[in-house]
Amino acid sequence: MLRQNWWKIVAVLLLVYTIIAGFLGGVPAKPILNETIRNLYFHVAMWFGMMVLFTVSLVYSVLYLRSNNPVHDIYALEYAKGGIVFGCLGLVTGALWARYTWGSFWSNDPKQLGAAIALLIYFAYLVLRNSMTDIDKRARIGAVYDIFAYAMLFPTIWIIPRMVESLHPGGMGNPALDTHDIDSRMRLVFWPGAVPGWTLLGVWITTLRIRLALLAEKEQMTEPAEKKLQHA
Amino acid sequence: MSRVAGNVIMARLLSGKLPEMRRQGTFADKILTISLIIGANCGALHKIFQGIRSLNQIYVLFKKDLMLEIRQQYSFYGVLLYVASTIFVLYLAMGQPEGVVWKGLFWMIQLFVCVNAVAKSFLQEGRGRLLYFYSITGAANFILSKLLFNALLMLLMSLLSMGLFVLMLGNPMPEPGLFVLISCLGGISLSLVFTFLAAIAARAQQSAAMMAILGFPLVIPQLLLLSKVSNIAFAELQGGLGWMIAVLAGLDVLILALSVILFPFLWKD
Repeated sequence: MLRQNWWKIVAVLLLVYTIIAGFLGGVPAKPILNETIRNLYFHVAMWFGMMVLFTVSLVYSVLYLRSNNPVHDIYALEYAKGGIVFGCLGLVTGALWARYTWGSFWSNDPKQLGAAIALLIYFAYLVLRNSMTDIDKRARIGAVYDIFAYAMLFPTIWIIPRMVESLHPGGMGNPALDTHDIDSRMRLVFWPGAVPGWTLLGVWITTLRIRLALLAEKEQMTEPAEKKLQHA
Repeated sequence: MSRVAGNVIMARLLSGKLPEMRRQGTFADKILTISLIIGANCGALHKIFQGIRSLNQIYVLFKKDLMLEIRQQYSFYGVLLYVASTIFVLYLAMGQPEGVVWKGLFWMIQLFVCVNAVAKSFLQEGRGRLLYFYSITGAANFILSKLLFNALLMLLMSLLSMGLFVLMLGNPMPEPGLFVLISCLGGISLSLVFTFLAAIAARAQQSAAMMAILGFPLVIPQLLLLSKVSNIAFAELQGGLGWMIAVLAGLDVLILALSVILFPFLWKD
């Protein structure tokens, strides 16, 4: 699956469709939102991509704890990194949108805070891994923390921001993905185009990084042997 | 039969490993021996009494932590002094603040108290002693005894710092009784998270710094919920607070379950 091409072509086609239809397609005219409603195709899709990548990372962490296979650890790490990149992009696109609708890039909205905390939790994952030098220990403790972090992600971005007052679309009667708020033209771009397109792009980037990491590890494993041969 | 032998060895080694216990306390030593004999008897019928046995192991491990604490009185008074001096400095700096500030300061102090009180629970166990515990008991029993002990410690600390807060920074709450309950819940919730993080951080280098890096983002949701829930005691009633308490309790259960499931992997080396 990693090396096959068809899904990469699908990803590119979906993204081309998303960008063209996203910028040129019709959108409902809403007060305040106006044309910024098109940010839905980019900002919201980033969070979908982030959740998918973090979930895959969780699965590989569980697999690592069951199998102790170092390849699973590389997968878990790179998927977590991919998720972090998407999370950062989600924050940035959200902040840009907030500049034009709420008036400032950052306004301590609970959704913004929740997303920032979620990213901090995953940054801590990277720091924790780097604090250990023993490879096996790093992989095992990293996997344990990854599972714990994923569990804490849910209250941070899914539960608590919904329980407090927020200006963000989807809460307190603000428009969001609801049937009343986006019409069928937008849904036709968002669900078949943006969400799978960006997610596939994230997986593509991550698989490239995984292949690079695997190659680097292979080189590390074989290098001493070659040197030994040269000495002999 | 081997289980009985294991328990006898455990009793012998416990008194050997922790000489301060043996030297000082005859009464406490007797209690320990009695509880270990109970453990041995339960071990003989371990097929039937497996549950009781592991409860007994948790109890013995918990008792060991408690006794160490009572003998050394290091972390309790250390943290107590920390709390008292911090609150005193706050009093000097701010006098008696109003409700919102009071509430915010209280939870911040709780956070730092928890880091200080809980962090040492795994650091104090040397490598050899951990290996020894590994050979006599299950990982789940070990982490459960630590969680229990730290929850108790934090419960005590929450009540004490609550008392000190009221004494020095005044009492802005119309309903202090409710706040006592909330601070107990908060203390236990924080201690659960930090116990598990201490177990992780103890394996990494520079564990003290690691605790803060790992812990602060992870407890923000809980602190947010706690400070919302404590509005009950300030009589600023709003909707959905019952739900928040439910979410907090759910989080505690989740952390408890994850600790028991994941701790065995942290332990193997």
